[in-house]
Formats: sequence, C-alpha cells, structure tokens
Amino acid sequence: MHELSIVQSVVTTVTEAMHGQPSVQIRSVCLKVGALSGVVEGALQFGYEIATEGTMLAGSQLVVVNQPVVIFCKQCGELRELAGIQSFRCPVCNTPSGDIRQGRELEIESVEVEEAA
Amino acid sequence: MTTRIVELRKGVLKKNDELARGLRARFEEAGMLVLNLVSSPGTGKTAFLERTLRELRNAGEHPAALVGDLETDNDARRLATSGAPVRQINTHGRCHLEAEMIGDHLNGWQLGDFDYLFIENVGNLVCPSSYDLGEAVRVALLSVTEGEDKPLKYPTIFNSADLAVITKIDLAVACEFNAELAHANLGEVRPGIPVLEVSSKTGAGFSEWLSFLAKCRAERLTARTIPI
Repeated sequence: MHELSIVQSVVTTVTEAMHGQPSVQIRSVCLKVGALSGVVEGALQFGYEIATEGTMLAGSQLVVVNQPVVIFCKQCGELRELAGIQSFRCPVCNTPSGDIRQGRELEIESVEVEEAA
Repeated sequence: MTTRIVELRKGVLKKNDELARGLRARFEEAGMLVLNLVSSPGTGKTAFLERTLRELRNAGEHPAALVGDLETDNDARRLATSGAPVRQINTHGRCHLEAEMIGDHLNGWQLGDFDYLFIENVGNLVCPSSYDLGEAVRVALLSVTEGEDKPLKYPTIFNSADLAVITKIDLAVACEFNAELAHANLGEVRPGIPVLEVSSKTGAGFSEWLSFLAKCRAERLTARTIPI
C-alpha cells in the first residue's frame, strides 16, 4: 500500500506546476497508470481524497487512464498489446518477449482547470 | 468561467528517479556493484545475505550492506557478525525503501572501499517494485515454501528483476517443490530471466551465485559507459 505516497507525490507535483496561478480551480487530474507500474487504481482513489484535503487540489477528481503492456514481438516484427501481466508472450504467435515498450508508466498526463474568463 | 486542459506529462516518481540516477552514477564511479534484494517477508533474504557477506569476505572481497525493515535493528546486528559494514534503515511503517533513504544512509562511507553493496529491501512483493534505488541488479527471491506460482501472483516485481533466486532448496523435497514449474512461471512473467537455486543453510548454489556476482561486477567495470 504505497498508493498514499504516490498520491501525495501527485499533489506536490501538480501544486508546483500550477504555482503562480492561484486563481485557477483544479477540476481533475489525469494520471496514466501502466499495468506494470505496481499501483492499484482503487487504492489511489481511496488515498486521493485524503491527500488533496486542504490543498489546491481539494475537491478535484482523479481520472486514471490504464495503460496495458505493449511488447515488441521479434518473430512478428510487430508491437503487441497484452491482455494481462501473467504471461509475456505474443498473443498472435505465442513467442515469449521481454521487450516491453509500454506499461510501466506512472505519469501525470494533464490537469483540467477552471478559470474566470 | 472557462475550462482548459494543462498538459503536464510529469512522472509521479520523478524525484525518486532523479535521486536514483544520481546514486547510480556515484556507485559506478566508485566501481561498486549494487544489488537490490526484494522478496516476501520470510523468504530468507537475511540468511542469504549473511552467508553471501561471509563468503565474499572469506574470498578477500569488500562487501557492505544496507538493510531495510519497518522497525528494529535485529537484521543489521545479525549481518554485522560477518564483519562487513552494515547499516539498518528503519522505514517506520513505510512498506518500501526509496532512493533518498539510501543516499542518507551512505553518509560517512567511502564508497570506493567497497566492491559490493547489497540493499535488503523491506519484505514486500508489491511496493518496492516501483522504486529505483540506483541498483545495477535487482534480485527477486522466492523460497520453496512459498509455492511455485508466486511469480504469477506478483508478476510486477518479478518482471522488474534481473535475477531470480530460489531459496531454501534444502527443503524442496519436504515441500514437494516443483522446480521445473517454478522456472517456467518465472520465464512466463520475465522471459529469459536467469534463475539460481540456493540453500543458505547448506551452501548449495552459492558458488554459482558468487560467480554471477563476480561476472556482473567485471562487466560493469569494463563497460562503465554503458547505461543500464
């Protein structure tokens, strides 16, 4: 359960990025979460409300965009998306591949803000 | 009122990753091989490390260790009997080690004096996977008593490892441990991962482990400019 540390880090990063724009209201934070990032969405959502309390992110929504694992299959010469993380094999030709091209992300993609026109 | 989207594209663990990069550069500069040992509680990380430190010292090498636990310095005291420099990191409730904790606990050590630094992570197969500690090699351990399907249950951490070590192999028969299945499961979640089988009690498999260490260290010393 390190998700509380993760959301605290989200709060710090967004607060720093929005420094100098105190008049904006943050409506949502979009977080890209790879299947291999080691964090669980439910636990992130649970910690988000607590971590944002009393900050400029208070009342905002956490939008999680799940990123599946994408491997490169040498046999097919193609990028292939995996359905899960229990088996690192090409879903088409069944060749094992450890060449991971996507799925480790844990990244703040964007912030939706509201401001006086 | 108008709404707009502000693109950030910032890694959540950016601070840890930057610190880890700095540590990795320091370790490389010092010519020291750094390993991060991860496993469940009770896999036998400390016993494994105890024997490793002793055998390395008997071979004339200079290992050191940092050992992470929520509380107590029991493990550090136990490892210190090997004669190697050992420091305890108490996380006081945190479920993993972070790069900052490693940096803080290196103060006062001359890194150039060491050939190897072993970091024993907090016993946990989930959270430590997200935190880079600046290590060159991540070792995931599992014991024969835990079941062959551990890698399938915790694929993220095994996928992030460079080496898997199966411990307590002296108990394999009593546990009806299916080594072939365990190797297959490791290969399923991390294709091509090297796997060693050891017993910290009898010393079985330690010559292969020590050869692995020597090989990794030699490779890094001869190819210091190659990024990890």
